[in-house]
Amino acid sequence: MRDFSYLRANSIDAARQAAALPGAMLLAGGTTLIDLAKCGVTEPEIVVDITHLKGLDGITVDDRGAMIGALARMSSVADHAEIKSRFPAVSDALWQAASAQLRNMATIGGNLMQRTRCPYFRDPANFPACNKRTPGSGCSAIGGVTRGHAVLGTSEACIATYPGDLATALVAFDAIVHLGDRQVAVDDFFLLPGATPEREHAIEPGEMITAISIPASAAAGRSTYLKVRDRQSYEFAAASAAVGIEFEADGRTIRDLRVALGGVATKPWRARAVEEALKGKLLEPDTVRRASLLAIEGAVDHGANHYKIELAPRVVARAILKMGETA
Amino acid sequence: MTSKTRIPIQLQINGHLHELEVEPRVTLLDALRDHLGLTGTKKGCDQGQCGACTVHIDGQRVLACLTLAAQAEGRAITSIEGLADGDGTLHAVQAAFLEQDAFQCGYCTPGQILSAVACIREGHAGSDDEIREYMAGNLCRCGAYPHIVAAVRQAALEIASSMETAS
Repeated sequence: MRDFSYLRANSIDAARQAAALPGAMLLAGGTTLIDLAKCGVTEPEIVVDITHLKGLDGITVDDRGAMIGALARMSSVADHAEIKSRFPAVSDALWQAASAQLRNMATIGGNLMQRTRCPYFRDPANFPACNKRTPGSGCSAIGGVTRGHAVLGTSEACIATYPGDLATALVAFDAIVHLGDRQVAVDDFFLLPGATPEREHAIEPGEMITAISIPASAAAGRSTYLKVRDRQSYEFAAASAAVGIEFEADGRTIRDLRVALGGVATKPWRARAVEEALKGKLLEPDTVRRASLLAIEGAVDHGANHYKIELAPRVVARAILKMGETA
Repeated sequence: MTSKTRIPIQLQINGHLHELEVEPRVTLLDALRDHLGLTGTKKGCDQGQCGACTVHIDGQRVLACLTLAAQAEGRAITSIEGLADGDGTLHAVQAAFLEQDAFQCGYCTPGQILSAVACIREGHAGSDDEIREYMAGNLCRCGAYPHIVAAVRQAALEIASSMETAS
């Protein structure tokens, strides 16, 4: 790991100012930044440690929704009683991510800044070509081993999968990223790769995530996160689904539905076509399975990742039907 | 590449304050092993994947390989060397690992034990399935997992019963 200067921020303003310096990067839990610095993917000149800032790790939940400070740890949010009861998909997504140690380190703000696990992106010594790392250098993944790569939202420049679980749940429930006074919908915070895969987030130099808010809804209160993966634990999703549902008074007709996919797309992927197809319908297995195929509309595979196109709709259908069982 | 100045830091490890000068890039793991001679904390992958470097910071299990030493200033750090009592009486988890033969080569063991102590304290050792899920961040290449689960289960029961006796 190349050496850097270390600055410990003692206020949010100081952190923002330091973050705007050339070559500066914010350090919270370190689970992405230090890892990628060791891989030689990121080479910060200045590391700005924000973990000693006070008052940014609060979690408050009321009838309007949840407000989660950027420095709250993944484990604290996953285990929070009100998050579990009012936003079960958020808690489910968190405790199924990474390991207990990593969840104690990683912050909620840092979690949104997590980078892809594309093995070509993570290995600059052996694979110099990576448009995300070095714009214009090409993509080593296209034509390479693609089992973990995205089938939705890809471009000719990049097919790297967005690896996170939390943001998949957040995008389903219209969460908002707070950058100080500026607010950005989570769906808009994550950018499609297009011709500029090096730009992943709608955040500017000198900005810092200060909190994430999630509006309360009946669908969020009745929600789940289903994660299918190669190992039972401590593994990234092959395909995952965050689903929330609200029924009409009859307990069988779908009034509101939220569906988002993880592990198959270049960003957290809201599946609005599935939601629209099922609103007003009775929750029946055949109807749900047919509608779930819309989740994967427009998918493009690169060989070894073709299985995700079959897997993702099944994961969506299973998650929706699971929510129906508890009616 | 510019050479950066070493920075003075103080680390509180197992109840003792240590003063050292390190390059900013030095991880807590390297500070423990190479600067302070506390080699009980192991370097496995050095990439946050294997759990061999697990220590406690302010009572929470974390990975020392992805924590900068400078970041840990002002926090209470516990490594495997600080787990037994001053008189050498082993922690219940250490004793259970011995009794259940919960290791073969032993390289992952300090990390397993620190992780298990926290797993029990968090209340995540209620069943074998829960132990497996919440100990998933500690890999054992010898494959001693069944005995590790048995040791964590035994220690969890012992700690629960000793707390009942104490109250």
